[in-house]
Amino acid sequence: MAGKQMTEDEVVAELRSGMTIGIGGWGSRRKPMSLVRAILRSDLRELTVVSYGGPDVGMLCAAGKVSRLIYGFVSLDSVALDPYFRAARQAGELESIEYDEGMLYWGLYAAACRLPFLPTRVGLGSDVVHGNPALRTVTSPYDGEELVAMPAIRLDAALVHLNRADQFGNAQYLGPDIYFDDVFCMAADKAYVSCEQLVATEELLNGAHPATLRISRALVRGVVLAPNGAHFTSCATDYDRDERLQLEYVRSASEPDGWAGFSARYLAGNEASYQAAIGAAARSAQDPFPPTHPRRQ
Amino acid sequence: MSDPTRAEVCAVACADTWRGAGEILLSPFGVIPAIGARLARATFSPDVLLTDGEAMLARGVWPIGETPAAFEGWLPYRTIFDLLWSGRRHIMMMPSQLDRFGNMNISCIGSDYRRPVAQLVGVRGAPGNTVNHPTSYWIPRHSERVFVPQVDRVSGVGYDSAASAGPAAQRFHDLRRVVTDLAVLDFESADHAMRLVSVHPGVTVEQVQDATGFPLVVDGAVAQTRTPSDDELRLIREVIDPGGARIRELPE
Repeated sequence: MAGKQMTEDEVVAELRSGMTIGIGGWGSRRKPMSLVRAILRSDLRELTVVSYGGPDVGMLCAAGKVSRLIYGFVSLDSVALDPYFRAARQAGELESIEYDEGMLYWGLYAAACRLPFLPTRVGLGSDVVHGNPALRTVTSPYDGEELVAMPAIRLDAALVHLNRADQFGNAQYLGPDIYFDDVFCMAADKAYVSCEQLVATEELLNGAHPATLRISRALVRGVVLAPNGAHFTSCATDYDRDERLQLEYVRSASEPDGWAGFSARYLAGNEASYQAAIGAAARSAQDPFPPTHPRRQ
Repeated sequence: MSDPTRAEVCAVACADTWRGAGEILLSPFGVIPAIGARLARATFSPDVLLTDGEAMLARGVWPIGETPAAFEGWLPYRTIFDLLWSGRRHIMMMPSQLDRFGNMNISCIGSDYRRPVAQLVGVRGAPGNTVNHPTSYWIPRHSERVFVPQVDRVSGVGYDSAASAGPAAQRFHDLRRVVTDLAVLDFESADHAMRLVSVHPGVTVEQVQDATGFPLVVDGAVAQTRTPSDDELRLIREVIDPGGARIRELPE
C-alpha cells in the first residue's frame, strides 16, 4: 500500500483557481492553518470557500483569494468577529451564501451521500431562504409538508487538521469534537489531512478509543505532517489557542499597514519561517504560555 | 442579604423562562442567562441538561468561568443538531436586532445584503433553532438600536415570518420570552405582537416603551418582575457567580 505523505506546497499544487474548497474545524478551533498559509503563498485566486469560519476565512479574504463564501458564521470564538472577513463583506468583495449551521452540515452530507438535496425544516421563514433565489422547497410525498430542499455542497477539495494520522490517511481526533471534518472529507473529490503527529498504523489506538479513528484512508488523498499546524487556532488536546497572536491578528486590521504588516511579520516565508517567527514573538512577549506546547507523549 | 441588583433580577427572570422545562437541553448565550440556567437547575428545574460550553454535558451547578466537577454525557456539534431537530432544547440567544413579531438578526446590518454597513457573525443556528424548539432572547441593553420596526435580515424566525412560510415553519415554532435589562416581554397577544409582561423594580412602562422602536402591547396594569428570594440570592452570589461576572455584563 502506497504512503500518501505530502508537503503543504504539494497539496496546494493540486488545487486550481476557481475551485470549491471546504475547510474543516470550527471557528478558531483545529483549523488546517498550515495549509491555509500555503494557499496564501500561492497564486490561487477566485476560490469558493466553504467553512464554519474562523481565521481561515479572514486571512483568505484579506489576501483576496475568495470570490464566494459559503458559511454559517465567521467567528474567532474568544473574539466575536473576524475583522478581515467583515471588511471584505462591507466592501462588497464577496458573493456571500449564508446558511444555518445545520443546513451547511446537511448540504455537505447530501454531497457525501451523492444526493442532489436533503429535506429540512431549517431555513423556512428566514432570509437564508428568502435572500437566496437558488434555494427551492420540496413537498413531502407522505404528508404534504413543504420543506427546504438543501442542495448538496460538493467540494473539489477538503482541508482538515487532525491530531494523529498514519501515512495512508487514517486520521484521528483526540479532542472533544470532530466538528464536521469527516463530512467535509466525504463531500470532497480530494481530501487532504494535515496532522500534529504522523504515527505507525499500529500506534493509532495507543491510549485512544476506536471511536477517535474517525477518518478512513478511503477518503483521503494526501497526508501532511504539520506540527503546530493549526496555530493560532486551538488543537485540543495538543495545544490551546494562541490568544496573544490571535489578538495581534485582530488588532492588525485597525493598524495603518493592516494585513500587509501582519503578513510581512509572519507570512512572508514558508511554514518553517512562520513557526520560527511565532516562536520569537512569544519569547519577546515573555508569554508564560508559549504557543508551541510540548508534544503529547 | 443586601437588596438584589438589576443583574440578579435579570438572572432570576432568565431562570423563570425555564420553569417547568423538564428533561431538555438549555443553551444560554450570555453570562446572565448562563447564571439563570444554573439557578433553574439548582432550584425549580432540576432535570434540565447543561453543557460545559464545549462538547460535554455537565452535572451539578458550577461557578461561571470554571470547569464543571462532573459530566454525564457527550454532545459534540453533530449531536446538538440531532437534539435540536428533535425539539429537546430551549435556547436563549442574544439578538443584535429584534422586531415586534420576534424576528431577530445576528447576520448583518444594512439594507444591501451584498454590501452590508456592518457584517456581524452570521445567522449561526438561528433559522433552525426558531423553527424546531422553544427560543427566548436576552438583551442586556434595551434600546431602539436593538428593538427595531423591521430587522435588516431575518436570522431567527418571528411569528409573522413563520405564518407566511406555512405550516412546516409553524409546527414547532415557539418564541417564549424576551428578558432585557429593563423588562420581561413575551408574544402572548392576539396576533403574537410583543407584549410587556413585567418591568424590573425601579423601571416604568414609559421607560420601556421609549426604549423600544415599535409599540408594545400592554394589557392593563403591568406587573413588577419578581425579585430573587434569599435562597436564590445566596446561590447566585456564593455558588454560581462568586466572581461577579454578572456585574461586568450588566453594571449597576
